[in-house]
Amino acid sequence: MNTEKLSNLAMNDNGFIFDPESGYSYTANETGIFILKRMANGMQRQEIFEELSEIYDVSEDNFNSDYAHYMLMLEALDLIDFEGGTLESGLE
Amino acid sequence: MNPDLSKLDITIAVTGLKTGDNPQPGVPVIRSIRAAGFTGRIVGLIYDSMESGIYLDDLVDQVYQMPYPSAGADAFLTRLDHIMAQTPLDVIVPTLDSEVILYIRLAEELKRRGINTFLPTEECFLLRDKTKLESFFTPQGIQVPKTILLTSVSQLNNLHEEIGYPCFIKGRYYEAAKAANWDEAAKHFYDIQARWGLPLLAQQIVPGEEYNIVIVGDGEGDTIGMVPQKKLVITDKGKGFGGVVVKSPSLDEFARKIISILKWRGPCELEIIRGFDGVFYLIEINPRFPAWVRLAEGSGQNQPAAVVLKALGQEVDKLPECKTGTMFVRHAEDIIADISVMGEVSAKSELIRR
Repeated sequence: MNTEKLSNLAMNDNGFIFDPESGYSYTANETGIFILKRMANGMQRQEIFEELSEIYDVSEDNFNSDYAHYMLMLEALDLIDFEGGTLESGLE
Repeated sequence: MNPDLSKLDITIAVTGLKTGDNPQPGVPVIRSIRAAGFTGRIVGLIYDSMESGIYLDDLVDQVYQMPYPSAGADAFLTRLDHIMAQTPLDVIVPTLDSEVILYIRLAEELKRRGINTFLPTEECFLLRDKTKLESFFTPQGIQVPKTILLTSVSQLNNLHEEIGYPCFIKGRYYEAAKAANWDEAAKHFYDIQARWGLPLLAQQIVPGEEYNIVIVGDGEGDTIGMVPQKKLVITDKGKGFGGVVVKSPSLDEFARKIISILKWRGPCELEIIRGFDGVFYLIEINPRFPAWVRLAEGSGQNQPAAVVLKALGQEVDKLPECKTGTMFVRHAEDIIADISVMGEVSAKSELIRR
């Protein structure tokens, strides 16, 4: 999964996200920003889950389900790229 | 570094003071010149007594009505000589599409009168005409949507084969309307022809994201300043009433290539679409500052101030990098004035405030 575009995003702690290349802006909730910031720093799903589960009471199954949904949204917004692969391969 | 105009004791004239739903660039150009510390005299050159900038107390020191560009060079110069006898002008910044060619053609006449401008050559100006854009730029590797020059409504009969629907029907200078079929194309043809005359253009619609870039070219193929924006608020007339400065190296490179090919001198606005196919397309080159030019100043590049200095023949360094994420939102307010102000402009074709 190519997450290079995420490193160019401007994100603040209130959940506001600005893409300086396209001019689009988005909003995300607290956990959405938490995940996005870590993805922008190159962290993988498992590492993100470990950090998230220290703060939030979340099972790995629930996390994986929401994470997969989130990735599909980010891909639809052209912010990440599965590089020709599927969601499953992109999540690996 | 941005230009400092605080030590400049000259008179600068600016055209296009109308704001409202189809705003002209004169008011923001003057605001930027003042923001560069300019305390000298500013003269507004108007065509219509209802140009809203006339009624702002703190905007222009004097106002003079000009003959429309269609009245020709003699009428223009006669009026200019009348103005010069009262208030000698040192620099003029024209901001309207239809008048720029007149200022270019009369550059020598203006120079003889001590009036300076910073504009492209006539050849360069004509190359960016909407009717020539495709034939000139496409062979040079700049993609332009397919465009057909329309001089008769009968040409619409082949439009579905030549560019397909939907397409844009455009005036040569102003206005564009989307047509989904022959009926709509014919309606837009007659509407726009009635307002702006022939020829018109039919242009292929490229699906994608639109970006606008305000640029001051140095005339040698480089840029003095360049600020790209993405419109955030678009009115039903297609005017950007809000926008944000973006940073895209590939967009910058595309814009620089256009300026380098043209060797554009002076201000301009590029309208570009990044197609969903990932290709950049050049839609239009407007030969003047856009009405959103204050976003350039607000993001760190005072381009109108740079144009004043270049018109005076001074060296201007490349303007600083603009600040990505700077945004503008256009805000309309009512100006309160006495009817005598309008009376003076209407009756005397001039207004001397200071």
